[in-house]
Amino acid sequence: MTPTTEATAPTYTKKDFESDQTIRWCPGCGDYAILATVQSVLAGLGIPREEFAVVSGIGCSSRFPYYLSTYGFHSIHGRAPAIATGVKLANPKLSVWVVTGDGDGLSIGGNHLLHVLRRNVDLKILMFNNRIYGLTKGQYSPTSEQGKVTKSTPYGSVDNPVDPVNFALAAGATFVARSVDVFRQHLSDTVAAAAMHRGAAFVEIYQNCNIFNDGAFESLTAKATREEKALYLEHGQPLRYGPEKSMGFALKGASLEKIDLKQHPEREKDLLIWDQEEPSGTLGMLANHLPKDPANPVPLGIFRRLEKPTFDAGMRAQIDAARAKRGPGNLEKLLYSGTTWTV
Amino acid sequence: MSQSDSAVRPTRKVETLDQVVIRFAGDSGDGMQLTGSQFTNTAALMGNDLATLPDFPAEIRAPAGTLAGVSGFQLRFSSYDIHTPGDAPDVLVAMNAAALKVNLGDLRAGGLLIVNTGGFGKKELDMAGYPKSPLEGDALRAYRVVAVDLNDLTKRALEGLGLSMKEALRCKNFFALGVCCWLFSRPLDPTETWIKSKFAKNEQMVEANLRVLRAGFNFADTTELFQTVYEVPPAAMPKGTYRNVMGNEALSMGFLAASELSGLEIFLGSYPITPASDILHTLAAYKNFGVTTFQAEDEIAAITSAIGASYAGKIGMTTTSGPGVALKTEALGLAVSLELPLVLVNVQRGGPSTGLPTKTEQADLFQAVLGRNGEAPIPVIAAASPSDCFYAAIEAVRLAIRYMTPVILLSDGYIANGSEPWLLPKVADLPKIEVRFAGQNGEPTPANFLPYLRDEKTLARPWAVPGTPGYEHRIGGIEKADKTGSISYDAENHERMCKLRQEKVNRIASDCPPPEFEGDEDADLVVLGWGSTHGAITGAVRQARAKGLSVARCHLRHVWPFPVGLGPILKRAKKVLIPEMNLGQLWRLVRSEYLVDAISLPKVQGRPFTSSEILEKIQSLS
Repeated sequence: MTPTTEATAPTYTKKDFESDQTIRWCPGCGDYAILATVQSVLAGLGIPREEFAVVSGIGCSSRFPYYLSTYGFHSIHGRAPAIATGVKLANPKLSVWVVTGDGDGLSIGGNHLLHVLRRNVDLKILMFNNRIYGLTKGQYSPTSEQGKVTKSTPYGSVDNPVDPVNFALAAGATFVARSVDVFRQHLSDTVAAAAMHRGAAFVEIYQNCNIFNDGAFESLTAKATREEKALYLEHGQPLRYGPEKSMGFALKGASLEKIDLKQHPEREKDLLIWDQEEPSGTLGMLANHLPKDPANPVPLGIFRRLEKPTFDAGMRAQIDAARAKRGPGNLEKLLYSGTTWTV
Repeated sequence: MSQSDSAVRPTRKVETLDQVVIRFAGDSGDGMQLTGSQFTNTAALMGNDLATLPDFPAEIRAPAGTLAGVSGFQLRFSSYDIHTPGDAPDVLVAMNAAALKVNLGDLRAGGLLIVNTGGFGKKELDMAGYPKSPLEGDALRAYRVVAVDLNDLTKRALEGLGLSMKEALRCKNFFALGVCCWLFSRPLDPTETWIKSKFAKNEQMVEANLRVLRAGFNFADTTELFQTVYEVPPAAMPKGTYRNVMGNEALSMGFLAASELSGLEIFLGSYPITPASDILHTLAAYKNFGVTTFQAEDEIAAITSAIGASYAGKIGMTTTSGPGVALKTEALGLAVSLELPLVLVNVQRGGPSTGLPTKTEQADLFQAVLGRNGEAPIPVIAAASPSDCFYAAIEAVRLAIRYMTPVILLSDGYIANGSEPWLLPKVADLPKIEVRFAGQNGEPTPANFLPYLRDEKTLARPWAVPGTPGYEHRIGGIEKADKTGSISYDAENHERMCKLRQEKVNRIASDCPPPEFEGDEDADLVVLGWGSTHGAITGAVRQARAKGLSVARCHLRHVWPFPVGLGPILKRAKKVLIPEMNLGQLWRLVRSEYLVDAISLPKVQGRPFTSSEILEKIQSLS
């Protein structure tokens, strides 16, 4: 395990991160685009290939590790965050990734996701959100819109969906972002930013399931309307969107006010300057509330990025401190400590 | 002992006993566990052999004075080799009416009953359900009763110290302890030393507890209530250095030892659960041994984080009790499929469901041996006594690493919280645990690493940890192709893999010492035990043999798979008796495995067997 330094940083191509396994996703699945993007990103990070450990749960997305040539771990439903925590605590030098889906991460594994995020374990978590259960053939998921008609909900789903970004923000995640399977460059930049983040990095990736929920993100991804529907969050930049960036948002009370800059050019100064370091998550949630109105765009990019001590570093520091203070453990001394007597 | 004056001391008989069983019983808040532990430490220092049985309610502080809130601590100390905390107590110290009500039935006829009359007011009697005081009338005629108002005596001892009534009364357990120390000719020094260190930050409490302890001792010395002083001489123990140890403590130290012997750091993923939490607490304090203790969000995260740590090259382990094992079951199957080392400790308690959280039972054997989906063999080992937990922990780690398998280690509430003297081993005498990480022994990197290529002898697969260049591979819970580990749904491959995993575990049966056997090889009756029944069975079989009965005993450390030596022992015996704290789980396994018509002696009362219960059964079969 050689430490990574710039001098010895290996140079890879995407091909170096492809495994010999036959890919078994349905033709046309959004997962292919994500896989290709992640392979390219990993190749460019300068981290030796053997120092990646990619852990997944169960579901279509969770087959991901098999298709990477790194160390990979396909586990059981929902538990990848907990397994990855063990991997990272055992060897903090590794770059540990979690690949999960909306069902795996937010339904059966919601508890674990909450806890890795609030602990700030240094993991890169990619959640492929297709708003449907694919591998079990088309039941509604915790991110499906209310009223979703599926095999298990022939009269429509009754429950309210959970929004992954809101969930992560509320859990106190130090890096929260959203991208889209087919927005190749944006996805690449977002995943790379997550990779660079020290701490729990959560990326929701809108992913089209062309078999059971085709077109779920069509209004956002259709080439004709893309620019009207995507609101890119850029740190230090005003919230603007649209083909000519002529639309924007300003903070008004506890919500965002839409401003048409063509009609009101004087209000450009009122536009909210995006601050990904706003610690409470309030701004992130405000922005994320916009799509509730279908007339609004969908925010993409980094909702929050904060530097905070990581769980794994804190745990290691306690061991180091104990050793510094008490010296390395001496078993013989420990056994014979306390009240002893000799016969 | 300045307050005592030998001139006015009553003269007493000194009687030497070879053993005493004493039980301290009071309210959960009365400090009975502490009193019992201190008396135990003193007995240990006096060179007695001993065994303890704490018995406390699941509630932290059930309403004071109620039957539900009674907490007890039984100690047996002796001048000879003993194996259990004793059957019926010879001495009962009852701090209130409820404690008397709950425990009196166990006191042997003619036993000494020390009652705190201060705990027998109208309110306490009502709560205990006594229509009138049992201290009046003939109710206690069968016992030697010493009735003392410990509340009042404690308060008087503390006069002038400025303590509130509540604070003062909290010291009364030390008065009782002082009385018992005098009664059994025990020195106060060990307890005094303990008080001074325990309350080092609170001088007033040091002073108060010392005063009360000494007052109790002096009171017993000067009062005429006691006619006899007892002595229990030291036991003839094998030479060496001893300490008193509880099971959970020994287990924790066993894991630290396994870490040293293997050169690997420990990762413990755990979720608090009675009666296993003390292992987490103990190991959390030993971070300087390189231990990572991770208090997970639930039982599932506890085991899966441990699996992750094992994958990354640590000794992954998880500690829990039956309900926790139920939650970990799917992950255990994953560990079987991955073939990674993992140790799961189940400190068993009464079940099913929440059951009896603070009481002991051995009813999770089926769960350990059989409780998973699919063909998922896991070796199961069991600890026999508090100090044996140390060696069981080392063995569990050895098997897990050598066979690349999860291992279940069964303990139970009885030995986890019970204690006994432990003849301490020399660390240098403990055998090393060999670890071989693939790609870290200078071997050439294979062009195509095969993560499921097996060792010929053990059938273990290689342990290639992330970070090792050239050994990148993928593992998972889906069935894998033999050798390559790639996903495979092939019919014959699945059967081959199931058989390989089974055969790997089966090989442990001949890679462990023969089962412990005591007695004549041709004995008519063999009493077979596993886990914490070891002491009660040993005591019973020795008594039966002393009576001339043709009995031997056999004890299983390796419970599953059965060690190769077990079959011949069982087949040769005319009768096989299996006492266990469940409704016959080992009994069923033995019958199905060997077609031996064994006899079951079940007990599921949340309490361990007494030797006499087993002896009685032996006699009925002889």
